[in-house]
Order: sequence, then C-alpha cells, then structure tokens
Amino acid sequence: MKLIFEKSRPGRRAAHLPSHEGLAAPEVPSELRRSRPPRLPEVPEVELVRHFTELTSRNFGIDTGFYPLGSCTMKYNPRVNERVAALPGFRDLHPHQSEAGSQGALELMHELQEMLAEITGLDAVSLQPAAGSQGELTGLMLMRAYFADRGESEKRRKIVVADTAHGTNPASVTMAGYELVKVDTDARGNIDLDDLRAKVDDETAGLMLTNPSTLGLFDEHIEEIARIFHGSGALLYYDGANLNAVCGISRPGDMGFDIVHINLHKTFSQPHGGGGPGGGPIAVRRELEPYLPVPAVIPDGKRFRLDYDRPKSIGKVRAFTGPFGVFVRSYAFMLAWGRELRTMSEDAVLNANYLLARLKEAYDLPYDRLCMHEFVLSARTLKREHGASALDVAKRLMDYGFHPPTIYFPLIVSGALMIEPTESEPKEELDAFCDAMIAIAQECEERPELVRSAPHTTPVRRLDEARAARNPVLKWIRVSS
Amino acid sequence: MTYVSLTDADRAEMLETIGVASVAELFRDLPEGVRLGRPLDLGDPLSEQEIVERLEELAGRNTPAGDEISFLGAGVYDHYVTAVVDAILERGEFLTSYTPYQPELSQGVLQALFEYQTVICELTGMDVSNASGYDGTTVAADACYIAKHATGRVKVVLAESLNPQVRQVVRTYAPGFGLEVVDVPHRDGITDPEELRAAAADAACVIFQQPNFFGCLEPAPDLAAAAKDAGALAVAHVDPLSLGVLEAPGAYGCAIAIGEGQGAGNAMSFGGPHYGFIAAREEFTRRMPGRIVGETTDVDGQRGYVLTLQTREQHIRREKATSNITTNQTLLALGGLIQLCWLGPQGLTELGETCMALAEQAKERIGLPLVFPDRTTFKEFAIRAGRPATEVIRDARAKGVHPGYPLGRDYEGMDDVLLVAVTERRSLDDIEALAEVLAA
Repeated sequence: MKLIFEKSRPGRRAAHLPSHEGLAAPEVPSELRRSRPPRLPEVPEVELVRHFTELTSRNFGIDTGFYPLGSCTMKYNPRVNERVAALPGFRDLHPHQSEAGSQGALELMHELQEMLAEITGLDAVSLQPAAGSQGELTGLMLMRAYFADRGESEKRRKIVVADTAHGTNPASVTMAGYELVKVDTDARGNIDLDDLRAKVDDETAGLMLTNPSTLGLFDEHIEEIARIFHGSGALLYYDGANLNAVCGISRPGDMGFDIVHINLHKTFSQPHGGGGPGGGPIAVRRELEPYLPVPAVIPDGKRFRLDYDRPKSIGKVRAFTGPFGVFVRSYAFMLAWGRELRTMSEDAVLNANYLLARLKEAYDLPYDRLCMHEFVLSARTLKREHGASALDVAKRLMDYGFHPPTIYFPLIVSGALMIEPTESEPKEELDAFCDAMIAIAQECEERPELVRSAPHTTPVRRLDEARAARNPVLKWIRVSS
Repeated sequence: MTYVSLTDADRAEMLETIGVASVAELFRDLPEGVRLGRPLDLGDPLSEQEIVERLEELAGRNTPAGDEISFLGAGVYDHYVTAVVDAILERGEFLTSYTPYQPELSQGVLQALFEYQTVICELTGMDVSNASGYDGTTVAADACYIAKHATGRVKVVLAESLNPQVRQVVRTYAPGFGLEVVDVPHRDGITDPEELRAAAADAACVIFQQPNFFGCLEPAPDLAAAAKDAGALAVAHVDPLSLGVLEAPGAYGCAIAIGEGQGAGNAMSFGGPHYGFIAAREEFTRRMPGRIVGETTDVDGQRGYVLTLQTREQHIRREKATSNITTNQTLLALGGLIQLCWLGPQGLTELGETCMALAEQAKERIGLPLVFPDRTTFKEFAIRAGRPATEVIRDARAKGVHPGYPLGRDYEGMDDVLLVAVTERRSLDDIEALAEVLAA
C-alpha cells in the first residue's frame, strides 16, 4: 500500500482556514523565517479519509476479535466511555481553566482517587503519571525522597526485582538512579525466599513486584516477603500490571505494599490506542503522601481545588494533573461495575483457568498450578519434536482470526506463550480459541511447514525484522524526480 | 452489570472442566491474611444511561472553551481539530489495538507511525523521530538523558523562558538521571546568547523554547550556535504549528527537537492525553527512547513496517535500556499525523500566519502595555494589566471572556501580567470583546 506522501500532488489540499478581512501580514525576521516549506503531503480530504480507512483495515483490535496478549489486559473498551470523554465540558476544557470553571473535572478526579484508594487498600493517590512505566519511575522517586528525608538515601541504593518482572522494572530502576538486584523464582513460581533473604539488607531501598506475577501466579509467601522488607526498613512497590486478577478480592495495601501503580489502560478499560495513551496513577501509604507529585486534587469544603503547597513533593512527572481524558473513561468504567468489580476479576480468572485446563495437554505447562488472570504455556516440545516455535504458533493463530498471545516472555520460560483472556470474552470465543490452539499443535505434528511459514492470510506475510534493524529506514525518503 | 459475558450456566460448565467446585476455589493460593473479605466500598453498578447522566452532570459544571471566549494558552491551545481526526481515531481497529508487537496484524498502525515519524522529521528538520513520548514535558527529560550519555556530561542548562512545567519535570527527573540543572534568566523576554554560552560550558545540553513561554521569538540560531560552541547539544522545544512560518531546528544546528503536539490534532481535555514528540540527528538514533518503526519487506518482498532497533528498549535491554517507556501516546500522535496531513504545507503556513496576525491585532486593540514591547511574538504575548492578573481574570470571566494565563504564577514581579494566546479559532469580534473587558 502507498504511503500518504506517495499520494501527494502539488497544489492539492484539504484544509481551508477562516479568512479575516483587513489583517496585516505578519512580519517574521528573515533569519527566523522558514527557508523551505515542510514537505507535508498535499492531498484532498477524500484521499486522506480513504488512506487512513485503508490503514485501519490492515490493523487488528479488540473490536476485531479476541486479543489474549498476556500482561496487557486487552478487555472490551466500552463505547460509552468514548461518548462521555467527548462531552465538550471535558474535551474542550483548558487545563489552566480556573478552579471555579473546572469543578466537575476536579470532582471526577477526586472521586477516581478515592475509588483507586479503596481498590488498592492505600491512603493517597496521585493521578499524574502518564503510563505504567512512568508510575513505576514515580514510585521509585517517592522511595528516594522518603529515604532522603530520613537521611538514608546514601545508604539505601538497591532495588530488588524478580527475574519474572516486566522489562520496565529494571529500566525504571536505572532511570531512578538505583542499583538493580535480581531475585530468583522457585520451582512453584513464587519468589525464592532463601535467595531473597540473602539479598535484602540495610542497603535495600525496596522491592518491585508484580503479584500475581507475569507467570500468572499469586505469590503464596507474599506476607513473608513483606515482613522481610519492612523488617529491614525497606519499602514494597506493586507493579499494577496484573491488578485485573484481584480487584475486590485482595488489595496490594493489605498484602503489605506501600506504593502501587495502576494501569488505567489495562484494568480500567482505557483503549490501548495502538500503543497508547495509558494512565499510571500511583497509590501510597499515608507516610509517603507528602512526596507525591504536585498538584494534589483535594476537597475544600464542598468544592475541590489544586494544592501546590507540598514542600516535600518530588515535583512533577508530566504536565498538569495527568491524562484527564483517560480518567473520564476509567471513571465511567468503574461506575458501571461499582461494588461488583469483584465479578470482573473473578470472571477474568475463571476464563484464564478454563483456557489453561483445555490447553495444558497440547502444550507444555511449566508451572502446574491454578492460575490467576493469565498463564504461561511453552512451545518447547513442539519446537524440539517438530521444529515449530512459539513464534510460529503465534503467526499461525492469525490465520485462525486471533491475535496471538505475548510470546517469549517471561524470560525464564523458554518458548513462552503468555495468555490473558480477560473477563470480556464469551465462552464460545474461548472455545474457538482453544480449538485453534489445539489444531495448530496438531498441524505442528502433521504439516509443520504450514505453521512455520504462517501467516498466510494477513495483508503482508512474515516480515524481516532483522533487516529492518540492520539497515534502518525510519522515515520516507523522497526519490527526487 | 453491563460488561459481563458469562452466564451462570457457562461458569458451571467451565468450573467442571477446570475441576474445581467453585470460583472461590480458584483463589486458593491467596493466603487468608491478604483477602479482602468484604465488598468494595463503591457505589451501586450503573447502567449505561445512568453513566452518561452522571458524566453529563459533571461536565456541565466545567467551563470549556466553547462556553466562554478563551485566550488561554501557556502550553495547551484551542486550535481547530478536523472532523477527519475524530472519524479515524474512533475506528476500533486503531482505537482498541495495542503496541504492534505482531506486525502482520498491525500494518495499519505501523505504517501510520512511519508516516508520523516522517512528518515530525520534515517539520523539525531532523533525521529520526520516535513514535511519540508522553507529552511536551517528559520529552525534555528524555532529551537530557540522551545528551548525558552522548556527551558524558551531567549539567543541563534550561532557559528561564522555557515552559515552567517543562523545567519542573526535568528537575524531578534530574536526581535519578544524575543531572545538575542550571537556569539561564531571560533578558527582556528572550535568552542572551552570550549568557547561554557561558552557562553551557561543560553542559550536556541546553534547552530553549521557540517561540518561548512568553510567546517571544528567541534568537534561536544564535542560541544553538552558543550551545554548540560550548560542546553542548542544542535542544529546541518547538510548537509544531509554528513550523510553517518559523525555521526548522535542524536548519539552525540543533541536535534534538522536542515539543508538545497537542495543538496539532488533540483536544485540550484538561491537560491530556496529548503527545510529545522528540526527533534528533542521525548520530543519536540508537540513544532514542521508546518505540521506533522501520521499513522492511516480507518473505514475498512486499514492503512492510515493524518496530525496530528494539535492542534500545526495556523489554530486550532491561536495566540497560535507553528508557523505560512502553505504553506511549500512539493514538494522539496519529491524531497529529492526520491533522498535519489535513493542513498540508500551505495550510500549516497559513495557520501560523493567521495566528500571528490575529495576535498582532489583539495587541493593538487591547492597548495595554506589552511586557516585552521590543520582541516579535508568535501567537502569544504578555501584557501588564495594572492590577493583579487573578482579579482581571475573575472579572473578565464574569463577562464571558477568559483573558489569559497569570504569569505571576511562575515568574516574580509579574503578578499583574497576563499571557494572552490567540489561535485561529478567535475571531476579530472575540478580540474586540477581549479589548472591551480589559478596558473596563
């Protein structure tokens, strides 16, 4: 398919601006004026609409079909959320509008904060971080500020991260200026407590943990883990990527975590938008509240206001009070569930266990336990016996009309297929997916070449990623005529 | 409840397949002590209709741009967004997809991001753009991180005329990045190149804004040259909608161009979500943060697009990654792409000229003293109201006009200063209304 630039013809245009009679042409000093116009595409509006419509036809979303991408919580994104986010009172509200002119927005944010505090079992919430990984980084900044206040920041330099962690955890540790200490996973998929005890001391600032882990397993020793860290004066950070498993069932605060980030685009249905936007609010225990980003949204009698007077605050991690449009959607989603939110997590866990039960004969199951909202299979036997890898299975699933699961993660499982169905799917869809997975395992035995050369039905076939990295072409280069 | 897809009969059948007696049993690995054991203290579940009613009620207590004549800017602007943006971004194939890890099912988003990267490079005069950053503040922190590792230096220099929120975010990131942050004061609304040159000694980078936070045009080529002389990377924070009129940072020697994309294709939405952009010269390609899309071919030789240079990224490099960014602002960046393609080169230039001309008209009609009378401005300018700006705003709002942003919030000695933004959405009549309320 052509690029929009390849459809461009000089003199064509879509936009026409209002004309104002009698305005003088502006004078720009010549040394600051643009010397050559930017070569944006020149297309009429119909071409623009057709171009992007054709692009959407070459893309797969939750609205297209089942999208069991592990750790990404690809649940249904209610359409009403888009309707309410587009209300002019939200969409066209300037972030510097006075408090008097933004009471509805401030109230919404305050209510969302209260809801997230209740769900996480913690005391105070900042909605500011732009995404989960920024929430992580913010959490680590809070740790640093907390220990600096106690005169311990020079000493406490280490952050412990499980070997099953998302890559964002170690990356955030480095960006926050901490040293990474990795801890192993035991044979049941829990953190290895002996390894942990040997690695936590008075130089430890904290732990970053996802629970349930990226294996989809709830750590059975979470209380002991919390005791180990708190016993040495360190803090516990909860990566909320997997919060969809436990809403209304178990709260990070009650597990012993001091800081939590929540992914509004996972658990609370903000559409993933092809890669974003997200929302990564953080919830903390009372002792950490003074360090939260400014401004805080607080009640003031019957009204709400922005409080900048937080002398111990770490500052700001993004502009304004956070991605407000995301808050509107997540708030609407929470209103729909209300106190029945527990059913959301129960159905998510039920769906995952159902898939697990149906698939564990056809694929390897590295940790044979009941899972939470997701689980990890392995294609290592298929690879060894038939030469078909996890990647091949993933690509073949496309021919059956499904988005593949997350593959090759977590890193500790070879040939990992990480499957997260979410609560959204009807049983028939789950069955169709299982049938496809089982059929593909069969194909690996009988016609492995068919699987290894998949996909066969997509707009392009298997793409050469090595070539893209070896010889990077990162923008369209005009061939001069 | 609205979003439940299983029936009790489904659940019973599924539990039987799993081999457990109840849903509760699925949670048997949870220690007793960490179970909530009570319902969440949240409200009754609402129907779709009730949700809309509640949200309409909240939205109704806000005053959006359409309900008053607004001259608010200061980083977020009331520019017109074409209906084409809404029509495309509402399509579920884009809206409800995620990061294109599986390129064969994601050619739509991947090609669009490749086009976005091309547009950003064209506007800024740079060689490489990523697929978006969070917003116009965090991309500044990203630029500092690139500069630190590229130069081995730890000092970063920020012009005082750079958006205060951008400076604040850089300061928040600085301890973790191991950066020392230095401000260079403005002189009558712009940055002095000689002062900048002195401050840039031993610095990793210098960040200035064009047009700056006061709306004034900086001597950007001289600032970039001053940074370069000192061995620091010149980083320009630019308004994408100014780049049909103002020179591209790449053309005057900047190493990195960053900015807030909101004005090009995103609603104001009380501060987000928006997109930040970051583009750089080729030598910094492998230090760029976040997702980058590259061109390749499939097994049949057909052109296609994939996420590339992933060895920079957290999911491969973990603690050695160039950033921790995962979820970015793709949908907002696609809004930017569509808006900029809709404008085209002529539209973009006309838009910049229109804003600039309307702002000149507003200066003249308002008649209050300009804070920086000798400066050329783009779509924003600072005026002295002669009394506290917060009072002026309160009184003007009572008459249906929001006259601007109170600069005293960020700068000493400016308690009576209003920063007035004029976009193409303001008419000559709107400007008359502003002049009238300010004269009162």
